[in-house]
Amino acid sequence: MDYRFESVPAVRQGLADTNYLADDGIAGVVYLADRLQKPILVEGPAGTGKTQLAKSVAEMTGARLIRLQCYEGLDESKALFEWNYKKQLLRIQAERNSEGTWSDIEDDIFSDEFLLTRPLLEAISAKDPVVLLIDEVDRVEIETEALLLEILSDYQVSIPELGTVVATQIPLVFLTSNNTRELSEALKRRCLFLHIDYPDMEREKEIVLTKVPGITESLADQVARIVRSIRQLDLKKAPSVSETLDWANTLMLLNIDQVTAQDATDTLNILLKYRSDIEKAAKEFSTNAAEFAGQS
Amino acid sequence: MTDTAEPDQISPMLELLSGFIRDLREAGIPVSLSENIDAMEAVRHIPLEDRDALKYALAATMVKNDSHWRSFETVFEVYFSLRGKEYLVGGDEGGEGSDTPDMEGMAQQGQGDGSGGSQMSPEELAQMLYQALMRGDDAMMSAIARQSVRRFAGMEPGRPVGGTYYLYRTLRNLDLDSVLEKLMAQAKDKAPAPGLTPLEERLERDEYESRIDRLKKEVEAEIRRRLVADRGVEAMAKTLRKPLPEDVDFMHASREEMVNLKKAIYPLTRKLAVRLARKRRHGRKGPLDFRSTVRHSLSYGGVPAEPKFKYPRPHKPEIFIIADISGSVAAFARFTLHLVYAISGQFSKVRAFVFIDGLDEVTSYFEGVEDISQAVHRVNTEADVVWVDGHSDYGHALEVFWERYGKEVSSKTTVMILGDARNNYHASQAWIVQEINKRARNVFWLNPEPKSYWDTGDSIVGEYGAHCDGTFEVRNLRQLEAFVENLA
Repeated sequence: MDYRFESVPAVRQGLADTNYLADDGIAGVVYLADRLQKPILVEGPAGTGKTQLAKSVAEMTGARLIRLQCYEGLDESKALFEWNYKKQLLRIQAERNSEGTWSDIEDDIFSDEFLLTRPLLEAISAKDPVVLLIDEVDRVEIETEALLLEILSDYQVSIPELGTVVATQIPLVFLTSNNTRELSEALKRRCLFLHIDYPDMEREKEIVLTKVPGITESLADQVARIVRSIRQLDLKKAPSVSETLDWANTLMLLNIDQVTAQDATDTLNILLKYRSDIEKAAKEFSTNAAEFAGQS
Repeated sequence: MTDTAEPDQISPMLELLSGFIRDLREAGIPVSLSENIDAMEAVRHIPLEDRDALKYALAATMVKNDSHWRSFETVFEVYFSLRGKEYLVGGDEGGEGSDTPDMEGMAQQGQGDGSGGSQMSPEELAQMLYQALMRGDDAMMSAIARQSVRRFAGMEPGRPVGGTYYLYRTLRNLDLDSVLEKLMAQAKDKAPAPGLTPLEERLERDEYESRIDRLKKEVEAEIRRRLVADRGVEAMAKTLRKPLPEDVDFMHASREEMVNLKKAIYPLTRKLAVRLARKRRHGRKGPLDFRSTVRHSLSYGGVPAEPKFKYPRPHKPEIFIIADISGSVAAFARFTLHLVYAISGQFSKVRAFVFIDGLDEVTSYFEGVEDISQAVHRVNTEADVVWVDGHSDYGHALEVFWERYGKEVSSKTTVMILGDARNNYHASQAWIVQEINKRARNVFWLNPEPKSYWDTGDSIVGEYGAHCDGTFEVRNLRQLEAFVENLA
């Protein structure tokens, strides 16, 4: 078995080349996932780059990304496979005139030709290297989770009429979750667990610098500091990394290269999406001003 | 990379890991057998001399819940603190080897004369601290943490005192608050002509605060290292263990634990709400609705081709919360109010009453408020709950409730009474609970005290409990969550 990655630093470097700045924890888990051939369950607040991690790993290893977006009501026929019912009917009708026996037809219509592969089966049966991304797995019902178990532990799919399809190459699997509900023990047990939190200030600054072209170092620094400051408030929804980037882009468009309290307050609606949060942050900036006036 | 683990190394590593896993399980983190095997497999693939990599590898394979991370980290720090040299897993800052023999010397010195004798005077140390914080120099900060613990904590070998005591002593001596003020003053002085704008000032402050936090962590780690060196891993593993947020006792939570609890409650309510909503929407397998089926069969000429089912429409209960918010049980009332209001969509109506020896309705505080924690805060500061002396008087509070709101309790109402039923030897007026129970659908009593304390001293929960449909011990988030889920 060849491994995809040489070492943890190599993973980190590779991800950096695709403009994804990983910390040691992230790189370490990706590395281990490859070595242990286990899926990674990525959890964390929205907008911290969980999905992007899978995309970047795919880009870095030159693999095809297969994505299964989860939603309530997802079932076998959308996730695993489905028989192409219409084609089967046509086949039976075409057969009517010739003198084939029923068992011939039966063998025929339950063959690969009539099978519609869905993301999970596609990832398993792919000949080329793939990265499988199962996005927002916490959205499916707890019963549907069971669908994933076979694939996650054994990398195989059982089709009653055809038998078991075993993966020719082990894909890297990422599952993301926003933690809206507790995932089942069975699922967690099969995965490596990676929690991605908001990055610390230095890393966020680096991210802003790499992702926002043309931004000056001092502005990026200021952006990261202000965002950290806002995240410390008790908010309904703290600004995510993607919102930080949006904000940095906005500041660039507005030709601001030194953020004042006024600028920050005016553009808060890009960082925060709840009215009560915006008011709180705006108040926080202004009370601080009052305090300052009192002190000096 | 596989060859980093040579055959002769594997067996002690195995032993070491299984000891670690035992500690994790004792701390309450569930580690299954297959996760155990994964962890063993994982350590074969990482360079053992890299302590951080080991930590991440173990966490990724065995800790599957983010809120368990802190407990894991503490267990890890304690367990892998001094074994480094023998098993080549540690390789910590190197200072450790020299610190251990230092322990005795330090202690004697601490007993002799608290401050003097060492290489640096307290003033010099303070100066260094100031410098290090200003520059954000990590290496210097950890050196200072080591120095200040040695100097101020006053640790004595074998003394059975927890780490928090030493931490408190050290931090008090460092007086970080005034250092912060000094740093801020300095930053203001240094700023160019117009001075700092408020925003800049705020950012500066945040920066220094985060550095001070880092220093505090260093100090804590240093104290932990010394304690482990002194009393051994086995003894300390128990003392230093941090309970999981959902297991923290409401009545005895430290300030830090309170903060963590508050953080834990938000995702909890969200999960609970999703789960309850789902429960309501699914379970849709009712019995055959004969009448409706026959009616619909008319359009098929009397053939019941389309069976109709009765969909159960679970009713939404109406909740009355009557909560004791006197000192000892205030935290418990706060969390319960928070949790119930966060999922108030699952109930047709929620009304809240709080009392100490007087009683006040606080439902209006929660109406149209987006931020529940703010409403809970208002309850604690504004509600008019003191009648005579501000000591719990359940009897009087219940009397007031019965008099003012008794008529509004109906057969749809579920009444939750929260409190430890420590009545300061006042009259119990348990008949009121009985009366309430006659009118209400259910009456539940939630008690934040351990069951073994019930009916001891001035606790009369048994007297009330006789008239309730159930009395429950609710000491931590886990129990609270389970109760509320059954309620809806």
